Amino acid sequence: MGYTITEKILLDHTQVKNIKPGDIIQVDVDFIMTNDISGPVSVKQFEKMGAKKVFDIERMAIILDHFTPNKDLSAAEACKTMRNFAEKYGIKNFYDAGSGIEHVIMHEKGYVKPGDLIIGGDSHTVTYGGLGAFSTGVGSTDLAGVMALGKIWLKVPSQLRFVYKGKIPEWVGGKDLIIYTIGQIGTDGARYKTMEFSGEVIKGLEIEDRLTMCNMAIEAGAKNGIIEPDDKTECYMREEIGITEYRVYKSDDDARYEATFEFDVSNLEPQVAVPFSPGNAKGVSEVTGIPIDQVVIGSCTNGRLKDLREAAKILKNNKVHPKVRAIIFPGSKKIYKQALKEGLIDIFINSGAMIAIPGCGVCFGGHMGVLAEGERAVSTTNRNFVGRMGHKSSEVFLSNPAVAAASAIKGVIAHPEEVV
Amino acid sequence: MIIQGRVFKFGDDLDTDAILPGQYLSISNPEELAKHCMEGYQQDFPQKIKQGDIFVGGSNFGCGSSREHAPIAIKAAGVSCVIAKSFARIFYRNGINIGLPLFECAEAYEGIDEGDTVQIDTNNGLIKNLTKATQFQAMPLPDFIKDIIMSGGLVEYVKNKLKNSRRISL
Repeated sequence: MGYTITEKILLDHTQVKNIKPGDIIQVDVDFIMTNDISGPVSVKQFEKMGAKKVFDIERMAIILDHFTPNKDLSAAEACKTMRNFAEKYGIKNFYDAGSGIEHVIMHEKGYVKPGDLIIGGDSHTVTYGGLGAFSTGVGSTDLAGVMALGKIWLKVPSQLRFVYKGKIPEWVGGKDLIIYTIGQIGTDGARYKTMEFSGEVIKGLEIEDRLTMCNMAIEAGAKNGIIEPDDKTECYMREEIGITEYRVYKSDDDARYEATFEFDVSNLEPQVAVPFSPGNAKGVSEVTGIPIDQVVIGSCTNGRLKDLREAAKILKNNKVHPKVRAIIFPGSKKIYKQALKEGLIDIFINSGAMIAIPGCGVCFGGHMGVLAEGERAVSTTNRNFVGRMGHKSSEVFLSNPAVAAASAIKGVIAHPEEVV
Repeated sequence: MIIQGRVFKFGDDLDTDAILPGQYLSISNPEELAKHCMEGYQQDFPQKIKQGDIFVGGSNFGCGSSREHAPIAIKAAGVSCVIAKSFARIFYRNGINIGLPLFECAEAYEGIDEGDTVQIDTNNGLIKNLTKATQFQAMPLPDFIKDIIMSGGLVEYVKNKLKNSRRISL
Protein backbone atom coordinates (compact mmCIF):
# COMPACT_ATOMS: atom_id res chain seq x y z
CA MET A 1 0.00 0.00 0.00
CA GLY A 2 1.35 3.39 -0.96
CA TYR A 3 1.62 6.64 0.90
CA THR A 4 0.48 10.18 0.25
CA ILE A 5 2.92 13.09 0.07
CA THR A 6 1.96 14.09 3.63
CA GLU A 7 2.53 10.59 4.98
CA LYS A 8 5.89 10.37 3.19
CA ILE A 9 7.09 13.62 4.74
CA LEU A 10 5.98 12.48 8.20
CA LEU A 11 7.67 9.09 7.70
CA ASP A 12 10.96 10.73 6.78
CA HIS A 13 10.87 12.80 9.95
CA THR A 14 10.20 9.98 12.41
CA GLN A 15 11.95 6.85 13.65
CA VAL A 16 8.95 4.65 12.93
CA LYS A 17 9.08 2.60 9.71
CA ASN A 18 5.35 2.40 8.96
CA ILE A 19 2.54 4.78 9.71
CA LYS A 20 -1.21 4.92 9.28
CA PRO A 21 -3.81 7.58 10.06
CA GLY A 22 -4.47 7.80 13.79
CA ASP A 23 -0.94 6.72 14.83
CA ILE A 24 0.76 9.06 17.22
CA ILE A 25 4.33 9.70 16.20
CA GLN A 26 7.20 11.87 17.32
CA VAL A 27 8.73 13.91 14.52
CA ASP A 28 11.90 15.94 14.04
CA VAL A 29 11.09 19.49 13.06
CA ASP A 30 13.03 21.30 10.31
CA PHE A 31 12.04 24.84 11.17
CA ILE A 32 9.94 26.73 13.72
CA MET A 33 8.42 30.17 13.71
CA THR A 34 6.70 32.44 16.19
CA ASN A 35 5.39 36.01 16.36
CA ASP A 36 4.50 38.78 18.83
CA ILE A 37 1.29 37.03 19.96
CA SER A 38 2.13 33.37 20.45
CA GLY A 39 5.78 34.25 21.16
CA PRO A 40 5.57 35.98 24.56
CA VAL A 41 3.56 33.07 26.01
CA SER A 42 6.00 30.57 24.44
CA VAL A 43 8.95 32.41 25.96
CA LYS A 44 7.37 32.20 29.42
CA GLN A 45 6.70 28.46 29.02
CA PHE A 46 10.14 27.81 27.51
CA GLU A 47 11.81 29.30 30.56
CA LYS A 48 9.47 27.46 32.94
CA MET A 49 10.51 24.24 31.20
CA GLY A 50 14.03 24.99 32.35
CA ALA A 51 15.35 25.09 28.78
CA LYS A 52 18.70 26.80 28.45
CA LYS A 53 18.88 27.05 24.69
CA VAL A 54 16.80 26.79 21.53
CA PHE A 55 17.35 23.38 19.88
CA ASP A 56 18.90 25.03 16.82
CA ILE A 57 19.09 28.82 16.53
CA GLU A 58 19.52 28.59 12.76
CA ARG A 59 16.17 26.85 12.46
CA MET A 60 13.94 29.33 14.24
CA ALA A 61 12.47 32.61 13.04
CA ILE A 62 10.78 35.30 15.11
CA ILE A 63 8.58 37.65 13.11
CA LEU A 64 6.84 40.60 14.79
CA ASP A 65 3.78 41.26 12.68
CA HIS A 66 0.49 41.18 14.59
CA PHE A 67 0.43 44.37 16.68
CA THR A 68 3.31 46.10 14.88
CA PRO A 69 4.27 48.90 14.73
CA ASN A 70 3.43 48.71 18.44
CA LYS A 71 -0.26 49.44 18.76
CA ASP A 72 -0.17 50.30 22.45
CA LEU A 73 1.82 49.76 25.60
CA SER A 74 0.79 46.15 25.96
CA ALA A 75 1.87 45.39 22.37
CA ALA A 76 5.10 47.30 22.91
CA GLU A 77 5.92 45.10 25.90
CA ALA A 78 5.09 41.93 23.95
CA CYS A 79 7.42 42.96 21.10
CA LYS A 80 10.14 43.90 23.58
CA THR A 81 9.88 40.45 25.16
CA MET A 82 10.54 38.89 21.76
CA ARG A 83 13.36 41.29 20.89
CA ASN A 84 15.07 40.49 24.19
CA PHE A 85 14.55 36.77 23.70
CA ALA A 86 16.09 36.87 20.22
CA GLU A 87 19.12 38.68 21.57
CA LYS A 88 19.54 36.51 24.66
CA TYR A 89 19.30 33.20 22.78
CA GLY A 90 21.01 34.33 19.57
CA ILE A 91 18.09 34.04 17.16
CA LYS A 92 19.43 35.76 14.03
CA ASN A 93 16.34 35.12 11.90
CA PHE A 94 14.59 37.99 13.61
CA TYR A 95 12.19 40.28 11.75
CA ASP A 96 11.03 43.41 13.49
CA ALA A 97 8.00 45.60 12.78
CA GLY A 98 7.33 46.32 9.13
CA SER A 99 9.43 43.46 7.74
CA GLY A 100 6.31 41.64 6.69
CA ILE A 101 3.81 38.92 7.50
CA GLU A 102 5.25 35.71 8.93
CA HIS A 103 3.70 33.41 6.32
CA VAL A 104 5.12 35.52 3.52
CA ILE A 105 8.58 36.03 5.05
CA MET A 106 8.91 32.32 5.78
CA HIS A 107 8.90 31.25 2.15
CA GLU A 108 10.48 34.45 0.81
CA LYS A 109 13.58 33.94 2.97
CA GLY A 110 13.90 30.29 2.04
CA TYR A 111 12.96 28.92 5.48
CA VAL A 112 10.42 26.71 3.75
CA LYS A 113 11.51 24.07 1.27
CA PRO A 114 9.49 21.32 -0.38
CA GLY A 115 9.55 18.21 1.80
CA ASP A 116 10.24 20.09 5.04
CA LEU A 117 8.33 19.69 8.29
CA ILE A 118 7.55 23.08 9.78
CA ILE A 119 5.77 24.05 12.99
CA GLY A 120 4.60 27.59 13.66
CA GLY A 121 2.92 29.40 16.49
CA ASP A 122 0.10 30.55 14.25
CA SER A 123 -2.82 28.67 12.72
CA HIS A 124 -2.02 29.87 9.19
CA THR A 125 1.31 28.04 9.24
CA VAL A 126 -0.54 25.60 6.95
CA THR A 127 0.27 28.02 4.10
CA TYR A 128 3.60 26.36 3.21
CA GLY A 129 1.88 23.24 1.92
CA GLY A 130 1.65 25.29 -1.28
CA LEU A 131 5.34 24.49 -1.79
CA GLY A 132 4.96 20.81 -0.93
CA ALA A 133 6.02 21.07 2.72
CA PHE A 134 4.20 19.66 5.74
CA SER A 135 3.41 22.60 7.96
CA THR A 136 0.96 23.13 10.74
CA GLY A 137 0.15 25.58 13.51
CA VAL A 138 0.32 24.98 17.24
CA GLY A 139 -0.24 27.03 20.38
CA SER A 140 2.38 28.65 22.54
CA THR A 141 3.14 25.81 24.96
CA ASP A 142 3.50 23.28 22.14
CA LEU A 143 5.84 25.67 20.38
CA ALA A 144 7.89 26.14 23.55
CA GLY A 145 8.30 22.36 23.66
CA VAL A 146 9.62 22.31 20.08
CA MET A 147 11.90 25.27 20.80
CA ALA A 148 13.47 23.19 23.58
CA LEU A 149 13.51 19.74 21.97
CA GLY A 150 13.25 20.21 18.19
CA LYS A 151 10.58 17.53 18.25
CA ILE A 152 6.83 17.30 18.59
CA TRP A 153 4.19 14.57 18.76
CA LEU A 154 1.64 14.48 15.97
CA LYS A 155 -1.29 12.29 15.17
CA VAL A 156 -0.98 11.03 11.59
CA PRO A 157 -3.94 12.73 9.90
CA SER A 158 -6.32 10.85 7.67
CA GLN A 159 -5.99 11.95 4.07
CA LEU A 160 -8.52 13.83 1.99
CA ARG A 161 -7.90 14.41 -1.71
CA PHE A 162 -9.45 17.24 -3.68
CA VAL A 163 -9.24 16.98 -7.45
CA TYR A 164 -10.06 20.05 -9.51
CA LYS A 165 -10.98 19.54 -13.16
CA GLY A 166 -12.04 21.66 -16.08
CA LYS A 167 -10.89 25.04 -17.32
CA ILE A 168 -10.56 27.70 -14.68
CA PRO A 169 -12.63 30.76 -15.69
CA GLU A 170 -11.36 34.32 -15.79
CA TRP A 171 -11.37 36.15 -12.42
CA VAL A 172 -11.28 32.82 -10.59
CA GLY A 173 -8.16 31.79 -8.67
CA GLY A 174 -6.88 29.93 -5.64
CA LYS A 175 -8.96 32.01 -3.25
CA ASP A 176 -12.17 31.11 -5.05
CA LEU A 177 -11.28 27.42 -5.21
CA ILE A 178 -10.63 27.23 -1.47
CA ILE A 179 -13.72 29.22 -0.44
CA TYR A 180 -15.82 27.03 -2.73
CA THR A 181 -14.23 23.89 -1.24
CA ILE A 182 -14.84 24.98 2.37
CA GLY A 183 -18.41 25.77 1.33
CA GLN A 184 -18.75 22.19 0.07
CA ILE A 185 -17.25 20.35 3.05
CA GLY A 186 -17.94 22.79 5.91
CA THR A 187 -15.70 24.43 8.48
CA ASP A 188 -15.06 21.11 10.21
CA GLY A 189 -15.09 19.07 7.00
CA ALA A 190 -11.35 18.40 7.24
CA ARG A 191 -10.96 18.61 11.02
CA TYR A 192 -7.68 16.91 12.05
CA LYS A 193 -7.17 15.81 8.43
CA THR A 194 -4.96 16.56 5.44
CA MET A 195 -6.35 18.46 2.47
CA GLU A 196 -4.33 17.45 -0.58
CA PHE A 197 -5.15 19.61 -3.57
CA SER A 198 -4.53 18.10 -7.00
CA GLY A 199 -5.72 17.83 -10.58
CA GLU A 200 -5.13 19.70 -13.81
CA VAL A 201 -6.46 22.96 -12.41
CA ILE A 202 -4.00 22.91 -9.50
CA LYS A 203 -1.12 22.15 -11.88
CA GLY A 204 -2.02 25.31 -13.76
CA LEU A 205 -2.06 27.49 -10.63
CA GLU A 206 0.77 29.87 -9.83
CA ILE A 207 2.64 29.42 -6.53
CA GLU A 208 0.82 32.39 -5.00
CA ASP A 209 -2.56 30.77 -5.61
CA ARG A 210 -1.32 27.49 -4.18
CA LEU A 211 -0.15 29.23 -1.02
CA THR A 212 -3.57 30.93 -0.77
CA MET A 213 -5.36 27.60 -0.98
CA CYS A 214 -3.23 25.88 1.64
CA ASN A 215 -3.42 28.99 3.84
CA MET A 216 -7.17 28.52 4.26
CA ALA A 217 -7.09 24.75 4.81
CA ILE A 218 -7.28 25.58 8.53
CA GLU A 219 -10.65 27.22 7.86
CA ALA A 220 -11.97 23.72 7.13
CA GLY A 221 -10.28 22.49 10.32
CA ALA A 222 -7.41 20.77 8.49
CA LYS A 223 -4.12 19.84 10.11
CA ASN A 224 -2.36 20.62 6.85
CA GLY A 225 -3.01 21.55 3.26
CA ILE A 226 -0.59 20.35 0.61
CA ILE A 227 0.14 20.39 -3.11
CA GLU A 228 2.70 18.16 -4.80
CA PRO A 229 5.74 20.11 -6.00
CA ASP A 230 6.11 20.32 -9.78
CA ASP A 231 8.01 22.32 -12.40
CA LYS A 232 6.41 25.54 -11.18
CA THR A 233 7.54 24.84 -7.62
CA GLU A 234 11.06 24.05 -8.78
CA CYS A 235 11.17 27.18 -10.92
CA TYR A 236 9.93 29.29 -7.98
CA MET A 237 12.50 27.81 -5.58
CA ARG A 238 15.32 28.30 -8.07
CA GLU A 239 14.48 31.70 -9.56
CA GLU A 240 12.83 33.48 -6.64
CA ILE A 241 14.43 31.90 -3.60
CA GLY A 242 17.73 30.60 -4.97
CA ILE A 243 17.44 27.14 -3.45
CA THR A 244 17.85 23.98 -5.49
CA GLU A 245 18.40 21.31 -2.84
CA TYR A 246 15.35 19.82 -1.18
CA ARG A 247 13.34 16.63 -1.11
CA VAL A 248 10.45 16.24 -3.52
CA TYR A 249 7.72 13.82 -2.43
CA LYS A 250 4.75 12.73 -4.50
CA SER A 251 1.70 10.70 -3.55
CA ASP A 252 1.74 7.07 -4.70
CA ASP A 253 -0.93 5.92 -7.12
CA ASP A 254 -2.11 3.39 -4.55
CA ALA A 255 -2.02 5.80 -1.59
CA ARG A 256 -4.99 5.56 0.75
CA TYR A 257 -7.43 8.43 1.00
CA GLU A 258 -10.34 8.56 3.40
CA ALA A 259 -12.26 10.40 0.71
CA THR A 260 -11.74 11.97 -2.70
CA PHE A 261 -13.70 15.01 -3.80
CA GLU A 262 -13.85 15.97 -7.46
CA PHE A 263 -14.88 19.41 -8.57
CA ASP A 264 -15.34 20.63 -12.13
CA VAL A 265 -14.63 24.34 -11.86
CA SER A 266 -15.32 25.33 -15.48
CA ASN A 267 -18.45 27.24 -14.51
CA LEU A 268 -17.31 28.52 -11.14
CA GLU A 269 -17.72 32.25 -10.60
CA PRO A 270 -15.63 34.27 -8.13
CA GLN A 271 -16.60 33.19 -4.62
CA VAL A 272 -17.49 35.29 -1.60
CA ALA A 273 -17.69 33.87 1.93
CA VAL A 274 -20.46 35.79 3.65
CA PRO A 275 -20.65 36.43 7.42
CA PHE A 276 -20.04 34.79 9.78
CA SER A 277 -18.22 31.75 8.50
CA PRO A 278 -15.55 31.06 5.85
CA GLY A 279 -17.80 28.15 4.89
CA ASN A 280 -20.69 30.41 3.80
CA ALA A 281 -19.57 30.34 0.16
CA LYS A 282 -21.64 32.11 -2.47
CA GLY A 283 -21.06 33.06 -6.08
CA VAL A 284 -20.32 36.78 -6.26
CA SER A 285 -23.45 37.37 -8.37
CA GLU A 286 -25.57 36.30 -5.39
CA VAL A 287 -24.24 39.16 -3.26
CA THR A 288 -23.51 41.99 -5.68
CA GLY A 289 -24.98 45.35 -4.72
CA ILE A 290 -24.53 45.00 -0.94
CA PRO A 291 -23.15 48.37 0.29
CA ILE A 292 -19.75 48.36 1.97
CA ASP A 293 -17.65 50.72 4.12
CA GLN A 294 -14.18 49.22 3.83
CA VAL A 295 -12.08 47.13 1.50
CA VAL A 296 -8.99 45.28 2.67
CA ILE A 297 -6.47 43.84 0.21
CA GLY A 298 -3.49 41.96 1.61
CA SER A 299 -2.70 39.42 4.39
CA CYS A 300 -1.00 36.03 4.54
CA THR A 301 -3.81 34.81 2.29
CA ASN A 302 -3.66 37.40 -0.50
CA GLY A 303 -0.82 39.85 0.11
CA ARG A 304 1.63 38.59 -2.48
CA LEU A 305 2.77 40.30 -5.66
CA LYS A 306 0.32 38.47 -7.92
CA ASP A 307 -2.53 39.57 -5.65
CA LEU A 308 -1.43 43.20 -5.77
CA ARG A 309 -1.08 43.03 -9.54
CA GLU A 310 -4.63 41.72 -9.83
CA ALA A 311 -5.93 44.52 -7.63
CA ALA A 312 -3.94 47.11 -9.59
CA LYS A 313 -5.35 45.85 -12.88
CA ILE A 314 -8.82 46.72 -11.57
CA LEU A 315 -7.94 49.97 -9.79
CA LYS A 316 -5.88 51.45 -12.64
CA ASN A 317 -7.56 54.61 -13.95
CA ASN A 318 -10.40 54.10 -11.49
CA LYS A 319 -11.33 55.79 -8.22
CA VAL A 320 -12.19 54.22 -4.91
CA HIS A 321 -15.80 55.07 -4.01
CA PRO A 322 -15.90 58.14 -1.73
CA LYS A 323 -17.71 56.21 1.00
CA VAL A 324 -15.18 53.38 1.05
CA ARG A 325 -11.87 53.21 2.93
CA ALA A 326 -9.59 50.99 0.86
CA ILE A 327 -6.62 49.58 2.77
CA ILE A 328 -3.91 47.77 0.83
CA PHE A 329 -1.03 46.13 2.65
CA PRO A 330 1.77 44.31 0.86
CA GLY A 331 2.80 41.02 2.49
CA SER A 332 6.40 41.98 3.00
CA LYS A 333 8.99 44.68 2.49
CA LYS A 334 10.25 42.82 -0.59
CA ILE A 335 6.77 42.76 -2.12
CA TYR A 336 6.31 46.42 -1.18
CA LYS A 337 9.51 47.36 -3.03
CA GLN A 338 8.59 45.34 -6.08
CA ALA A 339 5.11 46.88 -6.11
CA LEU A 340 6.72 50.31 -6.01
CA LYS A 341 9.03 49.40 -8.87
CA GLU A 342 6.17 48.12 -11.01
CA GLY A 343 4.10 51.24 -10.36
CA LEU A 344 1.41 49.35 -8.46
CA ILE A 345 1.69 51.57 -5.40
CA ASP A 346 1.21 54.64 -7.64
CA ILE A 347 -1.93 53.09 -9.08
CA PHE A 348 -3.27 52.39 -5.58
CA ILE A 349 -2.54 55.87 -4.27
CA ASN A 350 -3.96 57.54 -7.38
CA SER A 351 -7.13 55.50 -6.97
CA GLY A 352 -7.59 56.85 -3.46
CA ALA A 353 -6.57 53.71 -1.61
CA MET A 354 -4.18 53.86 1.34
CA ILE A 355 -1.08 51.73 1.77
CA ALA A 356 -0.60 50.14 5.17
CA ILE A 357 2.55 48.71 6.71
CA PRO A 358 3.00 44.98 6.03
CA GLY A 359 1.50 43.14 9.00
CA CYS A 360 -1.54 41.30 10.35
CA GLY A 361 -3.34 44.01 12.35
CA VAL A 362 -6.22 44.73 9.97
CA CYS A 363 -7.18 41.10 9.42
CA PHE A 364 -8.00 40.25 13.03
CA GLY A 365 -9.30 43.59 14.24
CA GLY A 366 -6.03 44.19 16.01
CA HIS A 367 -5.37 47.69 14.76
CA MET A 368 -5.36 49.84 11.61
CA GLY A 369 -8.77 49.34 10.07
CA VAL A 370 -11.11 48.27 12.90
CA LEU A 371 -14.78 48.28 11.87
CA ALA A 372 -17.44 50.25 13.77
CA GLU A 373 -20.91 49.03 14.74
CA GLY A 374 -22.83 47.85 11.70
CA GLU A 375 -19.99 48.45 9.23
CA ARG A 376 -19.25 46.07 6.43
CA ALA A 377 -16.01 45.13 4.67
CA VAL A 378 -14.95 43.14 1.66
CA SER A 379 -11.61 41.61 2.52
CA THR A 380 -9.08 39.29 0.91
CA THR A 381 -8.22 37.88 4.36
CA ASN A 382 -9.20 34.47 5.71
CA ARG A 383 -11.75 34.78 8.51
CA ASN A 384 -15.13 36.46 8.87
CA PHE A 385 -16.19 35.32 12.33
CA VAL A 386 -18.40 37.54 14.50
CA GLY A 387 -16.35 40.60 15.49
CA ARG A 388 -13.29 39.45 13.55
CA MET A 389 -12.45 42.93 12.26
CA GLY A 390 -14.07 45.02 14.99
CA HIS A 391 -17.55 45.48 16.42
CA LYS A 392 -19.66 42.36 16.94
CA SER A 393 -22.28 43.66 14.52
CA SER A 394 -19.73 44.47 11.81
CA GLU A 395 -19.48 42.13 8.85
CA VAL A 396 -16.63 40.77 6.73
CA PHE A 397 -17.13 39.30 3.26
CA LEU A 398 -14.12 37.29 2.09
CA SER A 399 -13.13 37.44 -1.57
CA ASN A 400 -10.26 37.39 -4.05
CA PRO A 401 -8.28 40.61 -4.75
CA ALA A 402 -10.09 41.44 -8.01
CA VAL A 403 -13.54 41.27 -6.42
CA ALA A 404 -12.30 43.35 -3.47
CA ALA A 405 -10.83 45.99 -5.80
CA ALA A 406 -13.98 46.13 -7.94
CA SER A 407 -16.09 46.48 -4.79
CA ALA A 408 -13.88 49.35 -3.60
CA ILE A 409 -14.67 51.26 -6.80
CA LYS A 410 -18.41 50.56 -6.83
CA GLY A 411 -18.99 51.03 -3.09
CA VAL A 412 -20.98 47.80 -3.15
CA ILE A 413 -19.95 44.18 -3.61
CA ALA A 414 -19.17 43.92 -7.31
CA HIS A 415 -17.95 41.52 -9.98
CA PRO A 416 -14.64 42.60 -11.58
CA GLU A 417 -16.38 42.63 -14.97
CA GLU A 418 -18.46 45.57 -13.80
CA VAL A 419 -15.42 47.85 -13.79
CA VAL A 420 -13.13 46.64 -16.57
CA MET B 1 -10.18 13.65 39.81
CA ILE B 2 -13.91 14.42 40.12
CA ILE B 3 -15.07 17.75 38.66
CA GLN B 4 -18.52 19.16 39.36
CA GLY B 5 -20.09 22.37 38.10
CA ARG B 6 -22.90 24.33 36.53
CA VAL B 7 -23.18 24.24 32.74
CA PHE B 8 -22.98 26.95 30.10
CA LYS B 9 -23.98 25.55 26.72
CA PHE B 10 -22.84 26.72 23.28
CA GLY B 11 -23.51 25.69 19.69
CA ASP B 12 -21.26 24.40 16.88
CA ASP B 13 -18.11 26.14 15.60
CA LEU B 14 -17.52 28.35 18.63
CA ASP B 15 -14.40 30.14 17.34
CA THR B 16 -11.42 31.55 19.20
CA ASP B 17 -12.39 35.13 18.27
CA ALA B 18 -15.61 34.57 20.25
CA ILE B 19 -13.70 33.04 23.17
CA LEU B 20 -11.03 35.72 23.28
CA PRO B 21 -11.28 38.62 20.80
CA GLY B 22 -8.14 39.54 18.85
CA GLN B 23 -7.80 42.96 20.43
CA TYR B 24 -6.67 41.34 23.72
CA LEU B 25 -3.94 39.17 22.23
CA SER B 26 -1.08 41.35 23.37
CA ILE B 27 -2.02 40.38 26.95
CA SER B 28 -0.41 37.24 28.33
CA ASN B 29 -1.36 37.45 32.01
CA PRO B 30 -4.02 34.74 32.65
CA GLU B 31 -5.98 36.80 35.21
CA GLU B 32 -6.23 39.70 32.75
CA LEU B 33 -7.28 37.36 29.93
CA ALA B 34 -9.95 35.83 32.19
CA LYS B 35 -11.65 39.24 32.38
CA HIS B 36 -12.40 38.95 28.65
CA CYS B 37 -13.33 35.25 28.47
CA MET B 38 -16.17 34.76 25.92
CA GLU B 39 -16.51 38.51 25.44
CA GLY B 40 -16.70 38.01 21.69
CA TYR B 41 -19.67 35.73 22.29
CA GLN B 42 -21.48 37.98 24.75
CA GLN B 43 -20.16 41.25 26.12
CA ASP B 44 -21.04 40.64 29.78
CA PHE B 45 -20.23 36.92 29.76
CA PRO B 46 -17.03 37.25 31.83
CA GLN B 47 -19.08 38.47 34.81
CA LYS B 48 -21.38 35.45 34.63
CA ILE B 49 -18.70 32.77 35.02
CA LYS B 50 -18.25 31.26 38.49
CA GLN B 51 -15.43 29.06 39.78
CA GLY B 52 -15.99 25.46 38.73
CA ASP B 53 -18.43 26.13 35.88
CA ILE B 54 -18.41 23.71 32.96
CA PHE B 55 -18.62 24.62 29.27
CA VAL B 56 -20.52 22.30 26.95
CA GLY B 57 -20.04 22.95 23.23
CA GLY B 58 -21.10 21.47 19.90
CA SER B 59 -18.80 20.34 17.13
CA ASN B 60 -15.49 22.02 16.23
CA PHE B 61 -15.23 23.87 19.57
CA GLY B 62 -12.35 26.38 19.53
CA CYS B 63 -11.94 26.59 15.75
CA GLY B 64 -9.93 29.37 14.17
CA SER B 65 -6.72 30.81 15.45
CA SER B 66 -3.93 29.06 17.35
CA ARG B 67 -4.17 31.54 20.22
CA GLU B 68 -3.46 29.71 23.45
CA HIS B 69 -4.93 32.82 25.07
CA ALA B 70 -8.38 31.24 24.45
CA PRO B 71 -8.03 28.13 26.65
CA ILE B 72 -5.90 30.14 29.11
CA ALA B 73 -8.77 32.64 29.49
CA ILE B 74 -11.29 29.82 29.98
CA LYS B 75 -9.15 28.11 32.61
CA ALA B 76 -8.23 31.32 34.42
CA ALA B 77 -11.89 32.37 34.50
CA GLY B 78 -12.49 29.34 36.71
CA VAL B 79 -14.02 26.96 34.17
CA SER B 80 -13.17 23.45 35.32
CA CYS B 81 -13.76 21.47 32.15
CA VAL B 82 -15.01 21.67 28.58
CA ILE B 83 -17.17 18.94 27.08
CA ALA B 84 -17.86 19.13 23.34
CA LYS B 85 -19.10 17.04 20.45
CA SER B 86 -15.66 17.64 18.96
CA PHE B 87 -12.76 20.08 19.32
CA ALA B 88 -10.74 21.97 16.71
CA ARG B 89 -7.29 20.40 16.70
CA ILE B 90 -5.11 23.31 17.87
CA PHE B 91 -7.54 24.21 20.66
CA TYR B 92 -7.49 20.59 21.81
CA ARG B 93 -3.68 20.46 22.01
CA ASN B 94 -3.54 23.84 23.71
CA GLY B 95 -6.13 22.84 26.32
CA ILE B 96 -4.33 19.63 27.17
CA ASN B 97 -0.95 21.39 27.25
CA ILE B 98 -2.09 23.97 29.80
CA GLY B 99 -4.01 21.44 31.88
CA LEU B 100 -7.61 22.31 30.96
CA PRO B 101 -9.56 19.03 30.97
CA LEU B 102 -11.35 18.46 27.64
CA PHE B 103 -13.75 15.63 26.82
CA GLU B 104 -15.38 14.70 23.53
CA CYS B 105 -18.89 13.25 23.90
CA ALA B 106 -21.68 13.87 21.40
CA GLU B 107 -24.32 12.14 23.59
CA ALA B 108 -23.47 14.37 26.54
CA TYR B 109 -23.99 17.42 24.34
CA GLU B 110 -27.49 16.23 23.48
CA GLY B 111 -28.33 15.28 27.06
CA ILE B 112 -27.10 18.36 28.91
CA ASP B 113 -28.87 21.72 29.05
CA GLU B 114 -27.67 25.13 30.15
CA GLY B 115 -27.82 25.43 33.93
CA ASP B 116 -27.64 21.66 34.60
CA THR B 117 -25.19 20.45 37.21
CA VAL B 118 -22.71 17.97 35.79
CA GLN B 119 -20.04 15.77 37.33
CA ILE B 120 -17.06 14.31 35.44
CA ASP B 121 -14.57 11.66 36.47
CA THR B 122 -11.44 12.74 34.58
CA ASN B 123 -9.85 9.30 35.01
CA ASN B 124 -12.43 7.33 33.09
CA GLY B 125 -14.37 10.06 31.24
CA LEU B 126 -17.71 9.23 32.93
CA ILE B 127 -20.02 12.25 32.74
CA LYS B 128 -23.04 12.40 35.09
CA ASN B 129 -25.83 14.91 34.61
CA LEU B 130 -26.91 15.29 38.25
CA THR B 131 -29.87 17.50 37.32
CA LYS B 132 -31.39 14.92 34.98
CA ALA B 133 -29.95 11.80 36.63
CA THR B 134 -28.42 10.57 33.38
CA GLN B 135 -24.88 9.59 32.47
CA PHE B 136 -22.61 9.45 29.43
CA GLN B 137 -19.26 7.94 28.58
CA ALA B 138 -16.78 10.32 26.95
CA MET B 139 -13.98 9.13 24.68
CA PRO B 140 -11.20 8.02 27.02
CA LEU B 141 -8.01 10.07 26.75
CA PRO B 142 -5.15 8.45 24.82
CA ASP B 143 -2.28 7.27 27.04
CA PHE B 144 0.20 9.85 25.85
CA ILE B 145 -2.23 12.62 26.71
CA LYS B 146 -2.75 11.07 30.15
CA ASP B 147 1.06 11.15 30.51
CA ILE B 148 1.13 14.87 29.82
CA ILE B 149 -1.76 15.48 32.21
CA MET B 150 -0.13 13.26 34.86
CA SER B 151 3.01 15.40 34.56
CA GLY B 152 0.87 18.49 35.15
CA GLY B 153 0.88 19.79 31.58
CA LEU B 154 3.47 20.01 28.82
CA VAL B 155 5.75 22.39 30.71
CA GLU B 156 6.39 19.88 33.49
CA TYR B 157 6.55 17.06 30.96
CA VAL B 158 9.32 18.74 28.94
CA LYS B 159 11.07 19.81 32.14
CA ASN B 160 11.31 16.16 33.15
CA LYS B 161 12.52 15.19 29.71
CA LEU B 162 15.23 17.84 29.74
CA LYS B 163 16.37 16.67 33.18
CA ASN B 164 16.69 13.10 32.01
CA SER B 165 19.64 12.46 29.77
CA ARG B 166 18.00 9.44 28.16
CA ARG B 167 16.53 9.62 24.71
CA ILE B 168 13.77 12.16 24.36
CA SER B 169 10.42 10.67 23.56
CA LEU B 170 8.05 13.60 23.52
